[in-house]
Amino acid sequence: MVQVIYRDKTWEVKPGSTVRHIIESSNLNPESILAVRDGKLVNDATIARDGDTIKLVAVVSGGC
Amino acid sequence: MKCSKCGGLAVINLRQHRLRLCAEHFVEWFARFTQRTIETYKMFAPEDKVLVAVSGGKDSLALWDVLLALGYQAEGMYIGLGIDEGIDYSHKSLDFCRRFVAEHHPDAVLHVVDVESEYGQGIPTLARTTQRGRGKPCAVCGLVKRHIMNRVARDGGFAAIATGHNLDDEVAVLMQNTLHWQTGYLARQAPVLAERDGLARKVKPFARIYEREAAAYALVRGIDYIYDECPFAKGSTTNFYKELLNQLELNSTGAKQQFYLDFLRAREAGKVAFEEAGPVELHPCQRCGQPTTAAGLCAFCRLWE
Repeated sequence: MVQVIYRDKTWEVKPGSTVRHIIESSNLNPESILAVRDGKLVNDATIARDGDTIKLVAVVSGGC
Repeated sequence: MKCSKCGGLAVINLRQHRLRLCAEHFVEWFARFTQRTIETYKMFAPEDKVLVAVSGGKDSLALWDVLLALGYQAEGMYIGLGIDEGIDYSHKSLDFCRRFVAEHHPDAVLHVVDVESEYGQGIPTLARTTQRGRGKPCAVCGLVKRHIMNRVARDGGFAAIATGHNLDDEVAVLMQNTLHWQTGYLARQAPVLAERDGLARKVKPFARIYEREAAAYALVRGIDYIYDECPFAKGSTTNFYKELLNQLELNSTGAKQQFYLDFLRAREAGKVAFEEAGPVELHPCQRCGQPTTAAGLCAFCRLWE
């Protein structure tokens, strides 16, 4: 399985999906999210493999 | 997905630029694009001393990093606002700035101004105890930051204050001002705010960089930044507009960039004109000497009365 981390939540998805699919199926906008695997930035066409941990990083901040 | 430059593995797809880049070429592109923005808007010259306002967040640390990489004399300035709100926010933010210096640029100069120890109260207390801040700490925070930034820039002989405002910040503000027809703000919004009467020049070298790109740069460069946003900014209108604009961008690649650049070009070409308040006369504040429209004390000094 693939472990997905976003903010303080963690869940699992089946391997074989693209990062973009994982983002979209989590109801997140790919324009507002970056993905990191093993501490490295990965593009959204990357296929998540069994055993991967994909951390989704929200890019929107600031805004006082 | 392959890098458009070298055919290596791309780490990011910059759809609005039709570029897919590997880590190395992305960092190179990012620095070149920032440099081009600095030159296009004549922000500052290579020999100028620049004060970078850093918060510990991704945009300001990425900006400081790229300016140093480009060879600018960029010094950082952190303002300790005394925001705790149960997560020790201000202390953590300063730690990220200090760690950035230690890990990436040990010779860089970081100026730290702590509002509470210098003036007696942090932002949350000030917001509760003053009429101006009641229920809106961000208004007091903005005023305090502008005052201190201007003071440090003036005293230190800096040619400009550089902030990490990115294109998403600019477009969100543009959208809000357009929806509310804030013509005074629309007349002034720009990547550069010129120096005048004791007010330091302010520049935004990331005005054409997407927020996603600034975050990607920080990740690729291994810059550790504060991920939590300011507790007072949670649920802010600006962030709501940013999410709306990213929805638009998802369906129409380049929409954010086009909105902002077309606005700047149309105003420059005189195709749109906005009501601009006439020149306001500025006087030195009787206490601190900073410019103010008021006859006696400036708004900052009145806060502490």
